[in-house]
Amino acid sequence: MYSVTADNLEISYGTVKALRGVSFQVSRGEMFGLIGPDGAGKTSLFRILTTLLLADAGSATVDGFDVVKDYKEIRGRVGYMPGKFSLYQDLSVEENLEFFATLFNTTIKENYHLIKDIYRHIEPFKTRKAGALSGGMKQKLALSCALIHKPSVLFLDEPTTGVDPVSRKEFWEMLKRLKQQNITIIVSTPYMDEAIICDRIALINEGKFMQIETPQNIISAFGKKLFAVTGDNMSRLLNDVREMDIVSSAFAFGDEHHVTLRNPMLDHTDIEAGLLEKGCSNIFVKEINAGIEDCYMALSQ
Amino acid sequence: MKQFLVFVRKEFYHIFRDVRTVMILLLMPVVQIILFGFALSSEVNNVKIAIFDPSKDHATQLITERISASKYFKVVKMISDPDDVESLFKSGKANIVLLYSEKFHENLIHTGHAQIQLITDGTEPNTANAVTRYATNIIMASQKELLQSQVPSVTRPAITSEIIIIPEVKLLYNPQMKSSYNFVPGVMGLILMLICAMMTSISIVREKEVGTMEVLLVSPMRPIYIIISKAVPYFVLSFVNLTTILLLAVFVLGVPISGSLFWLIFISLIFILVALSIGLLISTLVDTQVAAMLISGMVFMMPTMVLSGMIYPVENMPWILRLISNFIPAKWYIIAVKKLMIQGLSIDSAFLELGVLFTMAMVFILISLKMFKKRLA
Repeated sequence: MYSVTADNLEISYGTVKALRGVSFQVSRGEMFGLIGPDGAGKTSLFRILTTLLLADAGSATVDGFDVVKDYKEIRGRVGYMPGKFSLYQDLSVEENLEFFATLFNTTIKENYHLIKDIYRHIEPFKTRKAGALSGGMKQKLALSCALIHKPSVLFLDEPTTGVDPVSRKEFWEMLKRLKQQNITIIVSTPYMDEAIICDRIALINEGKFMQIETPQNIISAFGKKLFAVTGDNMSRLLNDVREMDIVSSAFAFGDEHHVTLRNPMLDHTDIEAGLLEKGCSNIFVKEINAGIEDCYMALSQ
Repeated sequence: MKQFLVFVRKEFYHIFRDVRTVMILLLMPVVQIILFGFALSSEVNNVKIAIFDPSKDHATQLITERISASKYFKVVKMISDPDDVESLFKSGKANIVLLYSEKFHENLIHTGHAQIQLITDGTEPNTANAVTRYATNIIMASQKELLQSQVPSVTRPAITSEIIIIPEVKLLYNPQMKSSYNFVPGVMGLILMLICAMMTSISIVREKEVGTMEVLLVSPMRPIYIIISKAVPYFVLSFVNLTTILLLAVFVLGVPISGSLFWLIFISLIFILVALSIGLLISTLVDTQVAAMLISGMVFMMPTMVLSGMIYPVENMPWILRLISNFIPAKWYIIAVKKLMIQGLSIDSAFLELGVLFTMAMVFILISLKMFKKRLA
């Protein structure tokens, strides 16, 4: 039996279609990533699955229960961490955790083993108000609160947004360890390369799933050589690259441009030569392996 | 049950950790009672009076004496020329001027007609009214005294008794015309409404606004219990406030509780329920704390102040406003409190008010429970 299923979910707000027919299945204990930019429909999907919103069309189940008919059953079984920090800022770390434990009819002691790994990072600050925690600690507390009742499915809506890179990495490590508890995790993120840890990921854009695959398969399906280009005056450089006939696509990625070519026989020397001809200076081109984000960009074109 | 208790405890944490909330909840009733009780009273003290007395006889001296002995008046000037009156008002040296006619005592004894003119500043009608009322009362009393002392020596008692018409106004329930008798029930209605409706709606809407409502809904706790546990702390605090107000009213303002304390508290609890359910209703209608505050402030507080009869008598309003005032819970509550607390009537006389409030409570609770969403949209 699947832990979570969705069949042709659709929802719109006014004239804006947030989801246009989304279907997928997630097995028990699987970590499933939803990857897409802001406004792609990730939060709407989470809210439908956590019984907070009614879909306009389609159906979904969580733990075998229908999200509309059996919403009460689902509400005791899932853990949900919304995108916005949703704990009480004026309550201390410990009070928050205790409140959510009681809300779900359990105690901190009973399920301490589940959260120990995460909670011990913030336990030294347990008398501090939640509002005074750093972004990373807030998310750890929120995760602890969402986990305290041993949910069978954990929904994490952009848990690492607004968190520093070190804490982000830590957070994903924790999720990886949670998988061993046989908890199904559905997690969304706009940071695509974090998603490599997931068992499978769905690339979502404008309310539609473009692809559901394992990260490895998505990357290996990229099927083209990828080059990273740097040089002086990066914004002019991007225009120059795009103007070249041999170039198929070029996108800015942080401090370099990722470029693919039309002809698989061509090489980084061909890009260099073309750019020098256009008068660019300090050019450096190297072949790299594609990441999830490259695949996403290629798919959403 | 444990869920419920922990939830209520959490709610108290929210309240007591926010200084502003504590101030509003616990200090405001005290401040309001004292403000309305003293500062905003319509009683007038220390009225500056100037007197023009051309006769300077036994009678005028007696009246002047009585006036200066009164705690309401302070004689600031004896004027010799009636033309000075206007300049006195213009410079603000006097609030009222009293002018005796010439040969005052003589005329009073022989013709039975002696004239006194009172001039006040009509730009403040309420004060002018109160001041003339006080002055008239003193003059009447002096007149009576004068004539009584004259009777044995006056040869024509028949005439004097004929012209003495002393209008005696006796105020029942509030003999000193203390405005606190009117304001205490009003302030009770206002504060309970404010705390219950506004604070409850804000505290529920805050959970929506910061996103915790999302997490609460995705929990096994049923939405109705979430709502009840949000309302309970405000119910308790309203009761504390009710006690404070009553204590202040009795011991600071000297307003007695003439009727049954039990029924007074009973009807207050019903009114608190009405206010709480209005708060719940507001919280189901809006999504931001600002909106909740505006709605409870504009749509409920203003009408409560203006249309409940707390400040302006409802009977003097145009029919359309009188009609609307029937839908203001505070109006019924204030009427009932006046009956039960000030007039000391039995609960039988307040059955109508009790019934109206009870019906309102039921209707609002039903509507707000019906409107409460178990999902986000």
